[in-house]
Amino acid sequence: MMPSLILRTMAPLVFALSLPVSFFILIQGHNNPGGGFVGGLVAAAGVIFYALGRGRDAATDLLRVPPATLCGVGILLAVASGVPGLLGAGFLTHDWWAPAYGLGTALIFDTGVYLTVVGTASAIFLALIRS
Amino acid sequence: MQILLVAPLLIPLCTAALTAILWSRPDLQRPLGLAGAWLLLGSAVALLSAAWEHGPLVGQMGGWAAPYGITLVIDLFSAIMLVITGLMAVAVAIYAMGPGAVERDKAGFQPLFHSLILGVAGAFSTGDIFNLYVWFEVMLIASFGLLVLDRTREQIDGGLRYVALNLVGTLFFLMAVGLLYGLTGTLNLADIARVAPDIENQGALAAVGVLLLIAFGAKAAVFPIFNWLPAAYHTASMPVAAIFAALLTKVGVYAIIRVFTLIFAHDAAFFGPIVGVIAMATMVTGVLGAASHYDVRRILSFHIISQIGYMLVGVALMTPLAIAGSVLYVVHHIIVKANLFLIAGAMRQEGGSFALRRLGGLWAAKPILGLLFLVPALSLAGLPPLSGFWGKFAVIRAGLEAEAYVLAGVALAVGLLTLYSMIKIWNEAFWKMKPEAAKSIPWTRRERVATYAPILALAALTLTIGLWTEPFAALSLAAAEELLDRQGYIQAVLGSVQTAGLPGGAE
Repeated sequence: MMPSLILRTMAPLVFALSLPVSFFILIQGHNNPGGGFVGGLVAAAGVIFYALGRGRDAATDLLRVPPATLCGVGILLAVASGVPGLLGAGFLTHDWWAPAYGLGTALIFDTGVYLTVVGTASAIFLALIRS
Repeated sequence: MQILLVAPLLIPLCTAALTAILWSRPDLQRPLGLAGAWLLLGSAVALLSAAWEHGPLVGQMGGWAAPYGITLVIDLFSAIMLVITGLMAVAVAIYAMGPGAVERDKAGFQPLFHSLILGVAGAFSTGDIFNLYVWFEVMLIASFGLLVLDRTREQIDGGLRYVALNLVGTLFFLMAVGLLYGLTGTLNLADIARVAPDIENQGALAAVGVLLLIAFGAKAAVFPIFNWLPAAYHTASMPVAAIFAALLTKVGVYAIIRVFTLIFAHDAAFFGPIVGVIAMATMVTGVLGAASHYDVRRILSFHIISQIGYMLVGVALMTPLAIAGSVLYVVHHIIVKANLFLIAGAMRQEGGSFALRRLGGLWAAKPILGLLFLVPALSLAGLPPLSGFWGKFAVIRAGLEAEAYVLAGVALAVGLLTLYSMIKIWNEAFWKMKPEAAKSIPWTRRERVATYAPILALAALTLTIGLWTEPFAALSLAAAEELLDRQGYIQAVLGSVQTAGLPGGAE
C-alpha cells in the first residue's frame, strides 16, 4: 500500500528538520540535558520517518552508506577522542580547547556516540520494515 | 603501560568498527579480522609477561582515581585468560575462512565476532563490578547476533531460549550489584573487598553472594540453570559454536572465581560447600546428558556443562592447589573444547552430517582427522599424557588433600563417563562401516587448509601442555596465589588512596 500523499510530502521536510534539531541537542549536551545519544536518536527518528514516507530503498539511498558503516565511523571517533588521554593521565581523559563553547575531545566522543546511535537505530529499523 | 593495558579492549573495538565500515566489502573484512585477532594475541602475551614481572597492572580510565572511576586491573589470572582469548580469536578467525565464509561475512559475522571478543576481553580486564556487568551485556548482545547468523527457524528458536534465559541471569546480576552497592557504598572490586569483611549485616552480604552465584552460574551453565546452553549451541554455525564453547561459559567461571576469591573469601565456610554441591551436580548432569545424545554437537554441548563442574572445585575448596587446578583446567578446557567443535565441523564436511547414525567410516577415509580427534577427545576425558590429565590430577588431588572425598570420587567417575561418550563418537563416526547415504560435502583446497590449520595447532598445544606441563603448572600456581592474596590486589588497586572517610572504611 502506498503511504498517503501527506506522509510522502512531509517525510523529507521532517527529515530536514530533524538534523538541525539533533545537532542542537548534541551541542547543548555539554552543559544541559542532551548529548550524542539523544541527538542520534532524533536524527534516526528523521531517517525512520523518511523511510515510512518514501520506502526503505529511498531511505537507504538517503544515507548513502550502509548504517553499519556509520556505526563503525562513530566508534572510531569515540576511540580517537580517548587517545590523547592515553599518552597522559589515562585513556579517555578529556582535553578542553574552548570550555565555554563545549569544544574539546569530549565533543568528538559525543559525535562518535551520535553517529553510532544513528547507524544502529537506522539499521534496526530498516531491517524490520518492508520496502 | 597505559597503552598495553587498554590494548586488549581497543584492538577488538577498532577491528569491529573497521569491519563494520567495510560492511559491503566482506572480502576486505576477512584479512582485517584476522589481523585484529593476531594483534590481540600479541598484546595479551605482552600483558602476561608484564603481569608476571611486575605483579597486577592497574589503570584508571579517564584519570579518575579508584574507587570513583572505572579501574582496569590485569593480574596473572586476567592475563592468562586474555592470552587464551586471543588464541581462540586467531584460531576461529582462521577457521571462519573455511566453508560458508562468504554467507557468514555477508550476514555480518566479522563485526559481531570482534564485538564478542571485546566483551570477553573487557570482562577479563575490568576491576569494577558494574563495568563487569556492562561487558557481560556487550558479550551477550554480540552473541545473540552471532547465534542467529544463518536466520534459520531452528536458530531463531534456539536464540530465543538463549536470550530469555540469559536475560533472567542478567537481571539477577543487576539486582545483586544494586544490593552490593547499597551495602558497601562502592562498585570497585578492590574497594568492596576492603570493606566487605567489616560490614555489619553479613547475612545480607551472603544473600548478595548467592544472587551473584545464580547470575554467574547462569552464564557459566551450572546445575540447575544450564538449560539454555544445549538448547542453543547446537544450532549455531560451527565457528560461532566453537567460540561460544570456548569463551562464553568461561567468562561466567572467571567471574565466579574472581568474585568469590576476592569479595566473599572471608565467608568461604558458607559458600564452599554450596559451590561444592553445585560443582558435583553440574559434572554429573552434564555427562549424563552427553551420554544420552547422538548428535556430535549436542554431545559436545553437554560436555561443556560437565566440565564447568571441575572448574568450580577451586572455589569450593579455596586452597592454592585447588584454585591452580581450576585455572589450569579452564585453560586446558578452552583449547580442547574449541578444538572438538572445530573438528565436528570438519567431520560434517568429510562425513556429511552431525548425526552419529549417519556418520561412519571416517577412520578409513580420513585417518588424520581421526588422530586429530583423539588428541582433544582423550584429553577431555583426562588420559595421560594430555593436558586434561594434569587439570583433573590437580583438581582431584586438591580434593583429596582437603578431605573432600566425595567431590574427588565424583570427579573421577565423571572422567570415566566422559571417556564413554568420546568413545561413542569414535565408534560411530570413525570406526563403524560407512552408511550408504553418507557423502562428504565437496570443498576447495583453501577451505580445507583453513579448517585443518587451527585444528592442528590447537591439538599441538594440547600435547604441549600435556608433555611439558611444568611452566603451565607454575603459572597456574602463581595465578592462584595471587588470587588468594586479597591484600595484594587491594593494595595494587587502591594503593595510597585516602580510604578514611569512605563509607564503611576501616580506619
